[in-house]
Amino acid sequence: MHIRLHTLNQSIRFILIQNRAGKTRLAKWYMQFDDDEKQKLIEEVHAVVTVRDAKHTNFVEFRNFKIIYRRYAGLYFCICVDVTDNNLAYLEGIHNFVEVLNEYFHNVCELDLVFNFYKVYTVVDEMFLAGEIRETSQTKVLKQLLMLQSLE
Amino acid sequence: MPAPIRLRELIRTIRTARTQAEEREMIQKECAAIRSSFREEDNTYRCRNVAKLLYMHMLGYPAHFGQLECLKLIASQKFTDKRIGYLGAMLLLDERQDVHLLMTNCIKNDLNHSTQYVQGLALCTLGCMGSSEMCRDLAGEVEKLLKTSNSYLRKKAALCAVHVIRKVPELMEMFLPATKNLLSEKNHGVLHTSVVLLTEMCERSPDMLLHFRKVWILVPQLVRILKNLIMSGYSPEHDVSGISDPFLQVRILRLLRILGRSDDDSSEAMNDILAQVATNTETSKNVGNAILYETVLTIMDIKSESGLRVLAINILGRFLLNNDKNIRYVALTSLLKTVQTDHNAVQRHRSTIVDCLKDLDVSIKRRAMELSFALVNGNNIRGMMKELLYFLDSCDPEFKADCASGVFLAAEKYAPSKRWHIDTIMRVLTTAGSYVRDDSVPNLIQLITNSVEMHAYTVQRLYKALLDDISQQPLVQVSSWCIGEYGDLLVSGQCEEEEPIQVTEDEVLDVLEGLLVSNLSTPVTRGYSLTAIMKLSTRFSSVNRIKKVVSIYGSSIDVELQQRAVEYNALFKKYDHMRPALLERMPIMEKTASNGPTEIVQTNGETEPSVPDTKHPPLVTQPANQANDLLDLLGGNDVVPVIQTTLPTKPASAGGELLDLLGDLSLSSGPAPAPSVPISQPPFLLDGLSSQPLFNDISAAIPPMTAYSKNGLKIEFTFERANPNPNIAVITIHATNTTEADMTEFVFQAAVPKTFQLQLLSPSSNIVPALNQGSVTQVIRVLNPQKQQLRMRVKLTYTHKGSPIQDLAEVNNFPPQSWQ
Repeated sequence: MHIRLHTLNQSIRFILIQNRAGKTRLAKWYMQFDDDEKQKLIEEVHAVVTVRDAKHTNFVEFRNFKIIYRRYAGLYFCICVDVTDNNLAYLEGIHNFVEVLNEYFHNVCELDLVFNFYKVYTVVDEMFLAGEIRETSQTKVLKQLLMLQSLE
Repeated sequence: MPAPIRLRELIRTIRTARTQAEEREMIQKECAAIRSSFREEDNTYRCRNVAKLLYMHMLGYPAHFGQLECLKLIASQKFTDKRIGYLGAMLLLDERQDVHLLMTNCIKNDLNHSTQYVQGLALCTLGCMGSSEMCRDLAGEVEKLLKTSNSYLRKKAALCAVHVIRKVPELMEMFLPATKNLLSEKNHGVLHTSVVLLTEMCERSPDMLLHFRKVWILVPQLVRILKNLIMSGYSPEHDVSGISDPFLQVRILRLLRILGRSDDDSSEAMNDILAQVATNTETSKNVGNAILYETVLTIMDIKSESGLRVLAINILGRFLLNNDKNIRYVALTSLLKTVQTDHNAVQRHRSTIVDCLKDLDVSIKRRAMELSFALVNGNNIRGMMKELLYFLDSCDPEFKADCASGVFLAAEKYAPSKRWHIDTIMRVLTTAGSYVRDDSVPNLIQLITNSVEMHAYTVQRLYKALLDDISQQPLVQVSSWCIGEYGDLLVSGQCEEEEPIQVTEDEVLDVLEGLLVSNLSTPVTRGYSLTAIMKLSTRFSSVNRIKKVVSIYGSSIDVELQQRAVEYNALFKKYDHMRPALLERMPIMEKTASNGPTEIVQTNGETEPSVPDTKHPPLVTQPANQANDLLDLLGGNDVVPVIQTTLPTKPASAGGELLDLLGDLSLSSGPAPAPSVPISQPPFLLDGLSSQPLFNDISAAIPPMTAYSKNGLKIEFTFERANPNPNIAVITIHATNTTEADMTEFVFQAAVPKTFQLQLLSPSSNIVPALNQGSVTQVIRVLNPQKQQLRMRVKLTYTHKGSPIQDLAEVNNFPPQSWQ
């Protein structure tokens, strides 16, 4: 069977949550990077995203990918995707994710994400997998999260 | 050993640190504590310790010593342990460390665990960071889970399978049977992930793609699902702002795109649903637009019918009017991709696109600019150019170079009139002059030269622009070149297009000299202005002033300037008789891609030795209306065609004023003395443009000949056929001197009958050394399209033993092969 080996990778390369000062609150990688590369990427994303303001679009060309980002209070939620992906759809994806966080932590704030960082990863893993969106129903995700919490 | 501090405690403590150094200290202390705790193999607190380690890792500190601990946690039976363990594995381990393989067994066991949440953890970890080996080992387990009835697990398994396929594409086939059932699921999540799985398979394997199209007949199935999604009422679970499961809709549309690409049948099957989605989706929020956008992308990519395509472009046009800049951006990007194929449809939205030039976002502006240039055509050039020039005025510097180039290109293609063209160029030069690319200057000069009737107007406008501002180098360069060329038109006030200004020669020279001394001028600009001043010496009467300027720069520290000045000085002193000819008006230049108006020494029948050339667009001669000294010397001469027949200022009867050089010789079929024989100029003159003599290959076919031998001076001709044009004979002259004194200031000139055209390249030197110690060589190229017998009259001048000598001779003994 003829198979094309090279081409495509997943849509999502990584998901980052950073605050304005550059502190990482979540870094989920769906591609292999060294620790130094990861650090460099984090810094680059921070640099690119924090200079933009309301008059800019929510999309930035970044290396040979693109970043869809949105700012919520002091936090930047960034998803790095393939250039062929639908920008508007991923913007919705980010918002979906943030709404779940909001519901789960009852009006989430940055400190919630700091003290419960491992739970935030759980939320990510419920909604995304292998660099793709997995579950989009907020009710379903919340149900799962509560179940998981009860196991602790 | 006291219990290790809790995670919360640690986080709180670290946050109290006020400096980086303080934080580092705390971290190091804690790491040490954790390390000793690990050494004690304490099961109770391992989880807590690893969690703390992970937090510190997130802050950027190294945590690799915890890797093995993660594995131990994974192997534990407690859920909390496993969860932190897997998280740690995903954060700290990657496939480049062999350690990760140790996980394989744990994952395998967990994939078969009784608790779905443990199974879920395992699937998740495998799906995020599983290496190829792990995937190979565990693919079977994943496939099993694809078939389970538990939808929670099926979803995870599907995406895990996607990862497996990415890592080990050969395993794709084993997932086929299970995938087939996934589509009949009602569960949205399962549907969603199976669509993703199918997409991955299609994109990876063209065979799979065909299989899905033909055997599974996937398209109608997907169409049905999509239809149900849209039609079915409110489904609260997957609803986003009133639209049911937009994420699924988007993914299905994407899969349809892949299936419909370059396949007519599939494309046709999805036409209706695409139209339906395109017209029925709510556009008030981003969600709806996301779906519409995906729909548009799909329509443009498949073989859709034209009505659908127009619909798609209209959607994009509507996007452009949206308040949300994200949507505008997305629309512009797509329009840019389709402007070539659906040009007319995109044209309809031109005015909206042009409005986007005023947007605040840089990337929107850039796309709008590119799109605008793509839409310019003969009909809308005036309006579009107005907008684009306005944009050029106000845009950021990063755009100016591209915009200027774009304007020039568009103007060249679609200019409605020459005057408009010149005006547009002026506008660009004056507003964005310093951003104009370097290669534009020669192109502009060529353009101006070729717009003959606009010369007076052009030079006047450029002069006025110079008075205002001499800082923009491209503008200054073009202006000084024009003033040098057309300065006479300027002072004589010949402008018809607008009110002629009153300018004196001195004022013009003031301006040009000002450029020479100004700090703002680059060396290149100074070169331009010096040459311009020199050219004016034949157009103005204040020659003495010019002589003075030129001689001053003879000692300039700028080598380029110095060289020019010295050569121009020489022109004044020794070659004054040639100066008018050399500094004559430029002819219309042929537009060639690689050559600007340079290095072409054109001659017509009479020659002048090309003075060692400067890089500046050189001084070319034309048989002018004024009596040419050379022609007189040669005792009247022949007409060899003027280069271009279209020059209005060179009356075709120019030839008639010149006397027949070879009139007494019988010409076999002399054409009437009048307008130029229309020889197409380019091939001849543009062959081999180097001014170095071609080498003296004595062509075996054509024997050399002695053309002249008198008083110790011997001139020999050697021949060569110029490729590719067989009508051109390339003659190299070799001049040798048998006397005991050198012949200095040696100049060789030649004239040919009417039907020929002659080109003389630079001589190797102008000293013929005594006693045959060397020779002067020079290359002559003769175009002989009518293959007539070659004849030549030559004139030699040189100084020998202090006295000037000159001689005329005829050369008739050309071997037949040289002209047949």
